[in-house]
Amino acid sequence: MVDHLVDRIAAAFGPDRPFNIVGIRTRGEVLAKRLTELLKSRGYGQIGRGVLDITLYRDDLSEIGPRPLVRPTHLDISIDDEPLLLVDDVLFTGRSVRSALDLLADFGRPSVIRLAVLVDRGGRELPIQPDFVGLTLSDIPPDHRVNVRLQETDGKDEISVEPRA
Amino acid sequence: MNAAGAEPTSIPRWTRKHLLALEDLSADEIRFVLDTANSFKEVSTRSVKKVPALRGRVVVNAFFEDSTRTRTSFSLAASRLSADVIDFSEKGSSVSKGETLIDTARNIEAMGVDIIVVRHRAAGAAEVLSRTVQCSIVNAGDGAHEHPTQGLLDLYTIRERFGRIEGLRVAIVGDIVNSRVARSNLWGLTKLGAEVILVGPPTLVPRAFEKLGAKVVHDFDAVIGQVDVVNMLRIQFERIKSSQFPTVREFTRFFGLTSDRFLKCKKDVFVMHPGPMNRGLEISSHIADGPQSGILTQVTNGLAVRMAVLYLVSQAQQELK
Repeated sequence: MVDHLVDRIAAAFGPDRPFNIVGIRTRGEVLAKRLTELLKSRGYGQIGRGVLDITLYRDDLSEIGPRPLVRPTHLDISIDDEPLLLVDDVLFTGRSVRSALDLLADFGRPSVIRLAVLVDRGGRELPIQPDFVGLTLSDIPPDHRVNVRLQETDGKDEISVEPRA
Repeated sequence: MNAAGAEPTSIPRWTRKHLLALEDLSADEIRFVLDTANSFKEVSTRSVKKVPALRGRVVVNAFFEDSTRTRTSFSLAASRLSADVIDFSEKGSSVSKGETLIDTARNIEAMGVDIIVVRHRAAGAAEVLSRTVQCSIVNAGDGAHEHPTQGLLDLYTIRERFGRIEGLRVAIVGDIVNSRVARSNLWGLTKLGAEVILVGPPTLVPRAFEKLGAKVVHDFDAVIGQVDVVNMLRIQFERIKSSQFPTVREFTRFFGLTSDRFLKCKKDVFVMHPGPMNRGLEISSHIADGPQSGILTQVTNGLAVRMAVLYLVSQAQQELK
């Protein structure tokens, strides 16, 4: 599935032009790292990488349960005037992506921003759509969570649909 | 990433809508604030030094005592969180007409304020207010009781320098009995596992502090070679009774961080001072401005710590609604 995602991204971004891949904490960060490595193995040489912590930009903190620890954002690269690929694990309401776009605007002005997600589960509350999708799920009840687990953080690669605790 | 960016050891839930004293906090809660502050430090390195976390909230700085650092730091912290900030000081206000602290706070709150940052000469002032008003209260210094954000920023600065606090030996030197900074440091440092040595003349460092877990020493030279951190307090002429204090010259000779005394310190000793400094009195200028001084780093870190505190109490307040 990740390979499928890489195929689509590779087709859209040329190997010779620099661009940046930025992941949303926590699993978007891991995915961004994987995508970067896979693209580099296909001859993409000039990829900058960064990590966003969107906690301070959220408008739905009270809905996502216990307040998470605010972690740092790492964007040591200049994001101005270059294409930027934003990466997250699951796209649901679109609010995380909205927060990430606000955060990016405080750092600079990429020439374009594209969105890659591993899973699109529908249920959007904002006019935000992905450019690259690994898996599209439909008819997921709103009270269910789509959980993406990754080798690096959870010891295995797995996507599951579970009732919200 | 610096040493303070170490992965957090535990992630408790932050539930306090007030910050009144470090005595109240658990070690995990203190670590939670320090870890949060570490993330806020990054915000000040951006080209747009601002996050929307407190947009639409109002923070009032109610200072009934003079302050430069603390008030500026709280104002800037609130601005960087996108809050609206109002500065209130006793001079030129109705306090000089005899309005009481509680009435003043209730009136400020009635204007729709979310957080009051209060400094007052009376110990316990912040705590009294927290029981009187609905909004969040952050203690910015109450008499000789506590100055929790100063304690937190000192802890943050020490942790950033050494990568840990546990096992360090910290000397706090000078006018301990009149110092809220000393009390907040003492609580925070002992909770996080440091050894605290309080140093000064018996009139300013009574033995009673041993009950709080500190070592009390009246001879600075006896311990100076053994400590990792020297935190020099300001001689608070405005609080000291004349009978407690010898002469300035005598104090400097026995308890000042002079060049001669500095030579007896550990090579990597870290020198701190909460400001404002009496240069040449409790600390010699070239040490304060030297490479082992963390004094300006303390001020820089204070901003991140206060952003974290304002953010956390505001979040807790919204959850409790």
